[in-house]
Amino acid sequence: MAVLAAEPGAAARGVDWRHVLKESALAAFIALMLTITMVGLRTLDSGGSLIIETRFPEVAVAVLLVFLGRFGLVLTREGMPLPVLIGGVVVAAAGLFLPLPATVLRVMTVAGGIILALRAGWVLWRHSAVTADREARDLAMDRVGASVQRVTRYVAPLAIAFAVALPFIPGLNDRSSIDIATLVLMYVMLGWGLNIIVGLAGLLDLGYVAFYAVGAYSYALLATTFGWSFWLCLPLAGVFAASAGLILGFPVLRLRGDYFAIVTLGFGEIIRVILLNWYDFTNGPDGISSIPRPSFFGLATFTRRPGEGDTAFHDLFGLDYSTVHRVIFLYYLILALALIVNFFSLRVRKLPIGRSWEALREDDIACQALGINRRNIKLAAFTFSAMFGGIAGSFFATRQGFISPESFTFIESAVILAIVVLGGLGSQAGVVLAALLLIGMPEVLRELEQYRMLAFGGAMVLIMLWRPRGLLAHRDPTVTLHGGGRGAKAGEAVAAAGAPAQ
Amino acid sequence: MLLNVAGVHTYYGSIAALRGVDLTIEKGEIVTLIGANGAGKSTLLMTICGNPKARQGQVTFDGHELTGMPTFEIMRNGIAQAPEGRRIFPRMTVLENLQMGALNGDPENFDEDLRRVFDLFPRLRERQGQRGGTLSGGEQQMLAIGRALMSRPRLLLLDEPSLGLAPMIVKQIFEVIREINKQQGVTVFLVEQNAYHALRLADRGYVMVTGQITMSGSGRELLADPEVRAAYLEGGH
Repeated sequence: MAVLAAEPGAAARGVDWRHVLKESALAAFIALMLTITMVGLRTLDSGGSLIIETRFPEVAVAVLLVFLGRFGLVLTREGMPLPVLIGGVVVAAAGLFLPLPATVLRVMTVAGGIILALRAGWVLWRHSAVTADREARDLAMDRVGASVQRVTRYVAPLAIAFAVALPFIPGLNDRSSIDIATLVLMYVMLGWGLNIIVGLAGLLDLGYVAFYAVGAYSYALLATTFGWSFWLCLPLAGVFAASAGLILGFPVLRLRGDYFAIVTLGFGEIIRVILLNWYDFTNGPDGISSIPRPSFFGLATFTRRPGEGDTAFHDLFGLDYSTVHRVIFLYYLILALALIVNFFSLRVRKLPIGRSWEALREDDIACQALGINRRNIKLAAFTFSAMFGGIAGSFFATRQGFISPESFTFIESAVILAIVVLGGLGSQAGVVLAALLLIGMPEVLRELEQYRMLAFGGAMVLIMLWRPRGLLAHRDPTVTLHGGGRGAKAGEAVAAAGAPAQ
Repeated sequence: MLLNVAGVHTYYGSIAALRGVDLTIEKGEIVTLIGANGAGKSTLLMTICGNPKARQGQVTFDGHELTGMPTFEIMRNGIAQAPEGRRIFPRMTVLENLQMGALNGDPENFDEDLRRVFDLFPRLRERQGQRGGTLSGGEQQMLAIGRALMSRPRLLLLDEPSLGLAPMIVKQIFEVIREINKQQGVTVFLVEQNAYHALRLADRGYVMVTGQITMSGSGRELLADPEVRAAYLEGGH
C-alpha cells in the first residue's frame, strides 16, 4: 500500500473515512467471529454435568479493542498519527481505571493502547510514512543481519563456552534449568538438521518429524528387544533415518515447491499412522516404555547401586551420588550432538555439494545448465537432513525413557520449521535464537497459564511483522579472495598478485 | 563438424515446437539463430541441452550422440550455456557464482580460468564480493557468460544475451563474445532476437520460423537479404 504513503502533516485532507471505517469494521467482525466461540462460551463442570457459561461482556470488549486498534492503525497510515497517539494513550489509561470484566482484558487494553501510541509516535518521529520504502527497509535489515552475523563470529565461541559452563553456574544449575536447556538444545539440533534441507537446499520439508520418529523408534526397539547399547544404536538410528530419507527422496525428487511440501507432509503422517497401528511391532498407541538410559560411554552407569559387573558413575569419579549427574550428562550429550550438526553444516557449505545445495535453492534450472545432477544433490540433502533428525530422535527416546506416536505429530514438524523460518532460512545462529524464543518462551510464559499459547502466537506474529525474512536473514559468502578482502580491494589484489587465489 | 542437429522434432505435450530442424556448427565458428518470438529458437537450444528431449532426430557433439542423455551429463561434455534470463544465483556473490560454473572442472584450472574471466569482464573483478542479485542487468549477463566460461567449454550456447539491455551494453557484450571466440577459440552458438547485431557478429546465421529453419547463409548474406531485412531489421535495430 505504498499509495498511502502520505505526509503525516497533510492530515485529514486525504482521509477516506468510509474506507477507514469499513476496514476497522471488517477487523472487528473477524474478531467477533473468532472470539464468540473461543471466548464467549465456556463449559463448566458443575456437579457432574457440563453447563455452558457465557462471557459476552469479554467478547464485546475484545471486539471493541480490535475495532479501535485497527481504526488507529489505518488512521496512522492515512496520515493522522497525532490523534491516534492521543487516542492510544487514552485507551491505555482507560484500561487502567475502568472496571473491566477480566484481568487479561485489562492487560490487553493497556498494552494495545501503548502499542498503538508507540506506533503513531514512531511515525510522527520519523516524519515519514509507515510503509516508506519496503526495499530500503529490506536492505537495512540485511545490513543488520550482516552485522549481527559478523558479531556472531565472536559471540558464537562465547555462547558455546556459556553452554559448556552452564551446569556449573550457580543459580542456573538446578535440575529444571538444565532440563529446559536440554530441551532447547534438542530443538536447536533439529533446527540445524532441518536447516540443511530447508535453509540450504531450499526444499520445504513439512514432515521432518518422520525422521525424528524413525530415529526414536529405532533406538527404542533395538534397545528393548535386543538390549543393544545406546552408543551402538545412536549411529544405527542415524543410518535408519537416513535410509528413510533416501526412500522418501526418490519419489519426491521430481516435485518442487508446494507439491514437495505436501508429499513430505503426507510422509510424516504415514509414519505416525504406521507407528500407531502396527501394534505387534511398535506397541501402537501404548508406546514403548522403560527405554534404557545411556551409560557413560559404556564405562559406567548412572545408578545409585550398579548391578553385577557395572561401575557407577559417582564411584568412577569419586563423587557423591546425585540424580543430577545423568541430567548433566544428557545435556552435554545433546550439546555435542548439536555442535556436530552445526560443524557439518558450516563445513559443507564450503564444499561443492553444499554449494550446489545453495545453488539449487537459488535457481534449479541454472543448476542443470551447469551440469549439476539435481537428483543426487537433492537426495544427499534429504539423506543428511534425515540422518541428523534420526540421531536427535534416538536422543529423545533415551532421555524420555518412553515414546509413543503422540510425540511425533505434525505440530512437532511445524515447530521445528518455525524455528528455521523464524531464525532466517539458512542462518545457523538464527536457529539458536529462534529455538531459545520458541522453546524457551513457552516455558518462561507458564505464569500466564491459559493465555500462554495466545501470548506465544502473538509474539510470533510480531516477530514476523518486524522481520519478515527471519531474525537473522543474511547469507554470509563462503569464499573471498585473499582472506576476506571485499569488492575492489580484493580485485586489485588478484590483479597485482597475478593470481594464486584462495 | 562440432555440433550437428539432424531432423530434430521437439514437442511440448502434443504441440510441436520444432519440426525437423537441421543445423551444423563447425569448430571455431560463431553461428547465430534468429527469429521472432515463439519461433522455437530457445527450444532448439534447450533441446541441444536435453531438456526437453528431442522426440525424433539426432543431436551429435564432436561425434558423440547427445540425444537421450540427461542434461547434466550433456553439460559436462564441453558444452556450457548462458541461459535465457541469465539465471545467476542472486544471493551468492559474484565469486561464488563463478565457482559454481567451475564445479565440474579441474580445480587446478580454477585460478587461471578466473583470471581469464576477470580479464574479459573487469567489472566482475571489481564486484566479486557483491551479491549477484544486486548487479545491474548488464553485469548479470556478464556474470552468466563468465560462469559458463568457467567450465572451459568448447561450445558456448548463448540465449538472448541482449535481452533487456541498453544498446551500449549490448554492443559491449557482443564485442566480448567476439573476443571469446577469436582469442580463446570457443565456438559460439548465439540465439538472438537482435538480428542486426547478431548477424554482424556471426560467421553464419540461420533463420527460424515456427519451428523450422527457413533460411541460412553467412551473416553478411542474411543481413543483405531483402526478406530478412523486411522481417527482422526494418524499423531499426
